[in-house]
Parts: sequence; C-alpha cells; structure tokens
Amino acid sequence: MSSHVAHDETGFAPPAETGEVELYHAKTFIGKYIWSQDAKVIAVQYAVTAIGIGLVALVFSWLMRLQLGFPGRFAFIDPSTYLQLVSMHGMIMVIYLLTALFLGGFGNYLIPLMVGARDMVFPYANMLSYWFYLAAVVLLVTSMLVPGGASGAGWTLYPPQAILEGTPGARWGIILLLISLVVFVIGFTMGGLNYVVTVLQARTRGMTLMRMPLTVWGIFMATILALLAFPALFVSAIMMLLDQTLGTSFFMPALISRGHQLNYSGGNPLLFQHLFWFFGHPEVYIVALPAFGIVSDLISTHARKNIFGYRMMVWAILVIGGLSFVVWAHHMYVSGMNPYFGFFFATTTLIIAVPTAIKVYNWVLTLWRGDIRLTLPMLFAIAFIFTFVNGGLTGLFLGNVVVDLPLSDTMFVVAHFHMVMGIAPVLVVFGAIHHWYPKVTGRMLDARLGKLHFWVTFVGTYAIFFPMHYLGFMGVPRRYYAIAGTSFIPESAHLLNAWISIAAFVVGAAQIVFLYNLVASYFRGQPSGGNPWKATTLEWQTPETPPKHGNFGKDLPVVYRWAYDYGVPGVGPDYIPQNVPPREVPAAAWDRAPSPAGA
Amino acid sequence: MTIGMVFLSFLMAIIVGWLFRQTVHVQPWRAQQAVPVLPTAPAAKAGLWVFLAVASSLFVLVVSASSMRLGLADWSPIPRPRLLLLNTALLAFASLSMESAARAGRRGDVGALRPWLVAGGVLTAGFVLGQLVVWKQLHDAAYGMSSSAAAAFFYLFTAAHGLHVLGGLVAWARAVSRAWKGAKPAALRLNVELCATYWHYLLGVWVVLYALLVSGGAGLAICSSNPL
Repeated sequence: MSSHVAHDETGFAPPAETGEVELYHAKTFIGKYIWSQDAKVIAVQYAVTAIGIGLVALVFSWLMRLQLGFPGRFAFIDPSTYLQLVSMHGMIMVIYLLTALFLGGFGNYLIPLMVGARDMVFPYANMLSYWFYLAAVVLLVTSMLVPGGASGAGWTLYPPQAILEGTPGARWGIILLLISLVVFVIGFTMGGLNYVVTVLQARTRGMTLMRMPLTVWGIFMATILALLAFPALFVSAIMMLLDQTLGTSFFMPALISRGHQLNYSGGNPLLFQHLFWFFGHPEVYIVALPAFGIVSDLISTHARKNIFGYRMMVWAILVIGGLSFVVWAHHMYVSGMNPYFGFFFATTTLIIAVPTAIKVYNWVLTLWRGDIRLTLPMLFAIAFIFTFVNGGLTGLFLGNVVVDLPLSDTMFVVAHFHMVMGIAPVLVVFGAIHHWYPKVTGRMLDARLGKLHFWVTFVGTYAIFFPMHYLGFMGVPRRYYAIAGTSFIPESAHLLNAWISIAAFVVGAAQIVFLYNLVASYFRGQPSGGNPWKATTLEWQTPETPPKHGNFGKDLPVVYRWAYDYGVPGVGPDYIPQNVPPREVPAAAWDRAPSPAGA
Repeated sequence: MTIGMVFLSFLMAIIVGWLFRQTVHVQPWRAQQAVPVLPTAPAAKAGLWVFLAVASSLFVLVVSASSMRLGLADWSPIPRPRLLLLNTALLAFASLSMESAARAGRRGDVGALRPWLVAGGVLTAGFVLGQLVVWKQLHDAAYGMSSSAAAAFFYLFTAAHGLHVLGGLVAWARAVSRAWKGAKPAALRLNVELCATYWHYLLGVWVVLYALLVSGGAGLAICSSNPL
C-alpha cells in the first residue's frame, strides 16, 4: 500500500483513486429495501421504527396526563396501569426512540455521506444491527401484552421492587423487557462498530479529522460513549434476569415479601444502581452529543457564518464525553452514600457545565452578526438553545447535594430532565429532519405547516414543563398515581396539573401536523434540487438527489477545505463546498450549476 | 466501580492523546494545503480493536460488580476446581497455535497454516468442554448457580468469557473453510491474523479472570484454597 501520493502543481491533493470498496448490489426489491445493506435505507428503517415506537410513548404520556390532570375521571387508568405507563414512556423515549434515532437514523444516513464514503465499512453487520433493533422493539411491545402486562418498575428498574410480586409486570413483563434491552445492546454494538470504524477508516481523500462537520464529531463521540456505557446496562440486565429466573442473589437481599421469606440472600440493590447509572448518565450525553453536533451545523449553515471556535467545539465534545463517565452517582444522592462521595460527584457534575457553556457561547457567537435566515431548521436550533440553557440551569440546582435532597423525586426533577434531554434533543431532531428531508426525498417539507408545528411545540412545551418546576418546589412527588388528601399540596397545584395536561394534549396534537407534513410532502412537496440550503458539506454535493447506492457516482469527492466556508471574504457566493479546489474558487461555478433535482 | 474508572481513564487517555495528535497545530479554517494520504490498516482490524475495547468494558464492569459485592458480610467462597489449570493450559496452547498459523500466513505458507489453525480450534474446543466439565463438577458438589453469591459470580465470569470464546470459534470456522476452499491468500491471511489477535485477547482476559478467581484475599475471593 503506497503511503505517498504525488501532488499536482498547485500543491493540492489530486482527484485520484481512493481505494474503492466493493459494494453489495441488491437485485430484488426485498434486497434493496427490506434486507438492505445500504446505510441510507437502514437509516430510514431505523428512523421509521423509532418514530413509530416513539408515538406509542407519546400516547402513553397523554394517558398519564389524563390521570394527573383529572384524577379519578378515567376508570381504565388504575394505579398499576399508571406505573406501567410511566415506565414504558421513559424507557421508550430514552432508549428506543432517541438513542436509536440519533445514532441509527442520523448516524447511518449522515456519516458515510458527510465523510465521503460509499457506505459503512461493515454493511452486513449494519443490516443485522437494524434487525436486532427491530427484534428488541418487538420484544418490548410483547412485554406489554403478556399476562401481568408491562413492567411498572420505572425506567430505572430498581431492584428489589422491579422483580417482586406487587409491582406490575414483575414476572413476564420485566423478563421480556430485560431480554429486549440485551438484544438492543447487541444490535447497537454492531451498528456502533460501524459508525466508529467508518469515521476512522473510510474518510475520503482530504477529509482530515479537523475538516469533519461537527455533526459527525457529535455522533462519533456519542457512539464511543455508547459502546463503553451500554455494557453496564447489558451486565445489569443479565444479572437481574438471572435473579428473576434462576434465583441468584446479585441484587436481591434477604427479604420477606407478603409474609413469605424469599429465597434470596445477601444481594446488593445498590450495586444495581451503580451499574445502571454508570450506563444511565452517559446515556444522557449519548442523546445530547449528536444533538450538539447537528445544531452546530444547522446554525452555521442557516446563519451563513463559519462556526465559532471549531476546535474548541471538538474538544468540548470530547471533554463532555469523558466527564460524563465520572458523574453517575449524582443520581444516587438519596441512596445513603458517604457525604465525601457526594461531594466528589457534585464537583465533577458542576465541572461539566464548563465545556457545555463553551458550546452554548460558541453557538450564540456564531449567530452574532450572522446573515440569519429564519428557516425552520434555524428556528428549531434557536429554540434548542433556549430550552437547553433553561434545562441546564436547573441541573445546577440538582447537581448540588444539599439542594438535591429536598427536590429529589419531585416534579422538579421531571421538569429538569424533560427540558434538557427530552425537549431540547427532540427540537434538534425536528430541525434536522427539516434540514435533511430534501436530501432524503428530493422534496421540501411544507414551511407553513412546519411553522405551525414549530410554534405550538416550542411554546407548548414551555407551558408544560415550566410550571412543573413550581409543582416540584411545592413538593409534588413524581410517579404518584394521585396526590389527593395531602395537606401540604394546595388546591392551585391541582389547577396547574390540569393546565399542564391540556397543554400536553395541544402539543401532542401538533405532532400529528408534523407527521402529516412528513407524509404529504413526500408526494406533493416542492422539488428541492440538490442543495437547497446552499450548504458546504459533502452530502449536498452528490450527483443525484436522493443519493443513489454508492452515494457519489463514479469518483469519490476530494476535500480541500473544512465544512464551514460560509461568507468567505472576496468570494462571490457566500459558501464554498468542501470539494471545490482553490483554483476553481474565482470562477464560482458551484453556485451556478443547474441544480440536479431528483424530483 | 474504581476498577471501572481506572479502565475508562486509560481509554480516555488514549483517545485524548490521539485527538491531540490530530488537532495540535491544525487550523482547519486555513488549511488548504495538500493532505498526505496515510496508509490505512484494513477496516476489519480497526473494527476488531474497537470491539476488544467494548468487550473489555464488559469484563471490567463484571469484575467491578463482584468486587463491590465482595465486601458484604455473608460472602462464602466455593472450592477451587483443579481442572481450571488444565483448561488454562489448553487455551494458552490454542493461542500459541493461532500465532503460528498467523506467522505461516504472513510467510504465505498455506500448507503450514492449515495444521496450526486446526490445532488452535481443537484446543479451544477442549477449553470450552473443560469449562463445561467444571460447571458439572461444581453443580454435582451442590455449588449451583443460586447456592451463593460467589458461585453466581463464578458462573457469570466463566459464561461471559465462554460466550466470547464461542464467538471466536465461529470466526475460526470461517477461516478454516477459507483455508481449504483456496481463498485469496491476502484474505485468508487477514482472517487468521484477526483470529490470532482475538485469541491472545481471550487468553489475556482468562488469565486475569483466573487469577482473580483463585487468588483469595488479593483477588476476588471467589474460590477458596480447598481444591475440588
């Protein structure tokens, strides 16, 4: 293998023969769209499945809000059902929707296109990854249908209660859920190996690491986090499964349940909490880092300005990822830990605010004096900054041990994490879908419906979660079926709960508008052309839109510049694609080229 | 969890060092110079190394968990199965055979590669069989999975490692079929080299686990000094 390539007279990398990969060419419809090995098809499969199961979780949240806002009016929601709804809503949203959508969906679609590869490096494993994910989703749905119903142990599944009689779904519900998680982790590992190795090994000529778009950086680091953190979930799921089925005592102490001495002895429930949060906290950043990366690109592209502090952004992603592994016990302040232990974790938790604040400042500084286009991706990106800062600031409260103790397990916590890792990343998902939908389908999403959806969602989620902080201050606990008959909770809290519920239904209805937009625009949307946003990154420079199998036609693109050449002084068009050689800049042919619309 | 943190710090150090090399002195907004093309290792090799990091994370977490459980009062070790020593030797010889096969592959000597490859697989199958016999012995001596926490962790360790060995045997079977079907030498060589790397890893993990299982106070105190 030659390590040296001759350069042409201008001193730039020549458009030469990068090692081509052998692509798998499917011949049948089923081979192309069902058992597909093309990362773009797998991405759509992942995204559709994730959004589908996410809708189930959305409906569950409506049912929860029915009970909380109007307690006792709906007879079919009994306490057990309510706990099952809470558990499944959390589990689906965090793992089966957000993780799968960001890494399996956006990762699969964007990594090969953005780094200039024909496909992922292990397409077969990539295909298996999706089918394992689908199996995990099917197992999860099955767990809701078996006798006893879904597990009602909360998404954290704390033992011993998770597998004790009396908790809903303590037998088949939890068994199937744990198996589903194990299958999910195996499937994700196969996909994750692909994402990491593709970024490391399959970048096109000239695509150095520091020329990669921040989207790729975010997904790349999140995948590394996930690969290292998911084994903790895997191990704890297996151990709890053994406790439940074979009667081992990893987590189960000696205890008496309903008057019977159980056969467990000497297990350690705290061990589960450590393992779970060793996965659980990095999981927050597995969701957040891709969102950080994507939002950086959305802001830069739609403000027509290079991202402020690119290298700092890359390092901040790395530092946040590293720190996310040493903060897990801040979820366990009330577990009776050594105070010094709590002090350590409070400190590391607050330190994370530093690289995170760097990112927020850099986004705002990118907007500063930018040529801001208030397109839908930009609106969602700005909404993300607001929501993320709000949610992050309440994190400072909860990160401190003394402040956390009275707030622990109240609605304040619910409001905090929904703002910071629920709404904020989901806003990025919407922005990203508006941004890349034209590349995936060749058509634009309808902007009027989009704006309706945006404003209802943005304002509506504030109407839901902002008042919820006050409920938390009053001491309203989370996960309670009903709070009637308690003297410390005033009547106004019930009124507020009803208001939150109504806001939640309105926001939920707005999501139907978004789904309608997705489907209707696929058939009737405006043809978008190849590069509707005049963006620089490689996925917008493909010869066809949507890109064909193999992505880039005959020759792979050669990269001459970073991903953020917007508004370069002295250049006519306000953007220079990454694959434009310097000698072609004066002619500015890329801006006049007839757009190769795929519609 | 301290063990887990140490392991992760080590990995983070690698990542930070790697990224530092990539970013120091780089000014992406100015860099339009020629970019030399670096020789890249085959993707499968990089994939294997990333996978080894993931698997290590799994093993480290299990060790971490058992070391946390160890401190509790009712810990009672199980007897030390003597057969484990033989099994360890089998796996060590398997790893050596794989290395010899990989070296033969690098010389392009398929004739020498085949017997070493087969020997490696057979020895490994012997290791798996031996581990199953150990399970049977323990089970017959009333040290079943739910008999005590130490027993449960013993089964968990050996099962986690054993499943990784079985996965290796699947890759080995593919290499064997390639060696006899006359695949391209380069492809076969890569296959066998990957197998060899993985076998050294399996051996390394097993040696560490074995040491932790049997070395009493210094290790995880899962097995006592009484032989079985």
